[in-house]
Amino acid sequence: MDIDLNTIWFLLVGILLAGYAVLDGFDLGVGILHLFVESDEERRIFINAIGPVWDGNEVWLVTGGGALFAAFPAVYAGVFSGFYLAMILLLVALIFRAVAIEFRSKQPMAWWRRTWDVSFSAASFLGSFLMGVAFGNVIRGIPLDGRGEYLGGFLALLNPYALLTGLTTVALFAMHGSIYLVLKTDGAVQAKIRGWVNDTIIVFVVCYATTTMATLLYLPHMGEHFKAHPWAFALPVATMLAIANVPREIFHRREWRAFLSSCAAVFGLMGLAGFGMFPNLVRGTDPSTSLSIYNAASSDGTLMTMLIIAAIGIPLVLSYTISIYWIFRGKVKLDSMSY
Amino acid sequence: MDVTLLSRIQFAATIAFHYLYPPLSIGLGIVLVVMEGLYLKTRLPVYQQMTRFWIRVFGLTFALGVATGIVMEFEFGTNWSAYSRFVGDVFGSALAAEGIFAFFLESGFLALLLFGWDKVGPRMHFFSTVMVCLGAHFSAIWIIVANSWMQTPAGFRLAEHGLGTRAEVTDFWAMVFNPSTVDRLAHTVLGAWQAGAFLVISVSAYYLLKGKAEDFARRSLGVGAALALVASIGSLATGHASAEGVSRNQPAKLAAMEAHFPASAPADLYVFGWVDEARERVYGVAVPGMLSWMLHGDTKAPITGLLAFAPEDRPPVQLVFQSYHLMVAIGMGLIGLSIAAAFYAARRGAPPPGWLLKLLVVAVLGPQIANQAGWMTAEVGRQPWIVQGLMRTSEGVSRSVSAGEVVFSLVLFTLIYTLLFALFLFLLNAKITHGPLAEDLAASHKRA
Repeated sequence: MDIDLNTIWFLLVGILLAGYAVLDGFDLGVGILHLFVESDEERRIFINAIGPVWDGNEVWLVTGGGALFAAFPAVYAGVFSGFYLAMILLLVALIFRAVAIEFRSKQPMAWWRRTWDVSFSAASFLGSFLMGVAFGNVIRGIPLDGRGEYLGGFLALLNPYALLTGLTTVALFAMHGSIYLVLKTDGAVQAKIRGWVNDTIIVFVVCYATTTMATLLYLPHMGEHFKAHPWAFALPVATMLAIANVPREIFHRREWRAFLSSCAAVFGLMGLAGFGMFPNLVRGTDPSTSLSIYNAASSDGTLMTMLIIAAIGIPLVLSYTISIYWIFRGKVKLDSMSY
Repeated sequence: MDVTLLSRIQFAATIAFHYLYPPLSIGLGIVLVVMEGLYLKTRLPVYQQMTRFWIRVFGLTFALGVATGIVMEFEFGTNWSAYSRFVGDVFGSALAAEGIFAFFLESGFLALLLFGWDKVGPRMHFFSTVMVCLGAHFSAIWIIVANSWMQTPAGFRLAEHGLGTRAEVTDFWAMVFNPSTVDRLAHTVLGAWQAGAFLVISVSAYYLLKGKAEDFARRSLGVGAALALVASIGSLATGHASAEGVSRNQPAKLAAMEAHFPASAPADLYVFGWVDEARERVYGVAVPGMLSWMLHGDTKAPITGLLAFAPEDRPPVQLVFQSYHLMVAIGMGLIGLSIAAAFYAARRGAPPPGWLLKLLVVAVLGPQIANQAGWMTAEVGRQPWIVQGLMRTSEGVSRSVSAGEVVFSLVLFTLIYTLLFALFLFLLNAKITHGPLAEDLAASHKRA
């Protein structure tokens, strides 16, 4: 495999999107689980667990989208316009999640808080599901014309495989979110959530196993790289081991290690998908219409300029992301400035 | 209606609503840096109270800016996919740079601003405030770079690519500093400072009228008035420079701004007027030859008019003329109000008289309307082009999206944004009537 600029940008866009899945994944997971606790205090703890970090996490999606626009404009244009209604609904979900977090604490009325609780949770569920559906379609293959325009309709996106990846994404984020909540809570709230972790893992593993079988049966193209490079089987094995490690770490109350295991699992899953897809970014139903890192890319000049921007920007981003997580480490404590 | 018109309406509606918030973040960012800086310098508790109060307002406007901002980034792809393919090489890099340099900085340090009072010391908190303010300004830089390239494209070549013709960057810095970037950036940022400054002025004037939180209100008014004075006078200067740039680079837009029809003749400057596009006339009050004089120092200097352009290359005249004149009129009024507010703030004696306070309360609308009108002038004035001279708006629209789909999303966004706007006003009003918190005077830092 030659490493050219296009390949580097495949990796960088992949890392941005995987970073988004790892980071905003637990925010969305907390949202999905939000209605499973009843009291106002518990719900405040949930929201404040992600309070200082969620909008920084969403920036990974904004930047991933920007990087896709800059590095592979044809993918950005073709997928966003092709999946029009799904994208609009995703935006609506992200809007409601953002304002629900901000608005909920601003008034004390029970109906007010309940409204935003439902909105926060429904938006988190819908957002995760739609991202999973979009991802499933891109992997499965969509009808494209020779110029990268999507030829299908909205309902064609809701095929069984994509619905399955949508549900798997919801399950993945719920699992990831529950582990994050164990990390950020203590006392009775934590005891309750500790009980959920195994359930969310079981649901996810069932979804994941089903998706994997469907992929192997119906999408043989996703397995070709693995046939050609058997060493790559280490990746799915490592991912499964990371998931299996979570209950062990939770049992031994090593919460950080449990959370890092879960992060590694999310990252590994994104890596698996990326490895299977390479060098395509969007598969066409007719493979000759696929959008790849070559026919969808910007000019070499722009890829190079962007690489310089990334080389300056990424160390900065990592340094303050890590600082923020470090400063806000530890269990959630509610005070007058909390949500 | 066709997809192009519907998509334009949707983009206009979503950007207009979004653009209520980022200028407030940029302007309040400066206000917060000044207030918290004064607190660190003087250690007067009232400055801490001011900082904390305005940070809460900042948090609310920022959340709405984030929620509505992601829509803008996605809309280039959803509704303008042909445009996105054409400009991705240029425009995409500016958007990505905005994400990596501005948004990460802003959102990261915002966490410390809002929730970090007990986690970090006062200096680190102040540093976070400065970083958030810087991040807000960085985002303005990159988005203005991208938009200015659409007005005055530079540093690129047209190239054939597998999927069609596109613009490719040949000179990154020429693209970034295209002929209109600097003027437009300065003018936009100063407009944003006014938005923040007049919000602070308005709330302070309201408290002074009610005789509430007087020390807080007077000092807030002082900070707001100082910023408003700098920004409103600066806007006049940068507005003039921008107009000169438009006359050089986009003569059709300039002609529409003053509804100047003759292909080449000395041009008047209208104070206000009504354009009769069919008869190619303007009814209103004008200073003869003034536009010629302002641009060339000679009342007889010829200015290129709309008739010099083919009918299909002219922007809509009435809308551009009216929004431009509205912006200028409000801008002039805001200079007057800034001077009056700054005069009373500097005297430290009697508070401003009641009539002025009432005017200052409603003046918060001024910069918001002027900012919207300014954007409308810039964007409608560029029509029929999406990228000036290179691509028509009708060529940039998504081909795989149907009119019905855009109607659906337009209705959806309209409903949601109406709801959000009502909630925003309700919560902002609740915060303002509740007033600054007494406990913020005594609140302590981690190691204060």
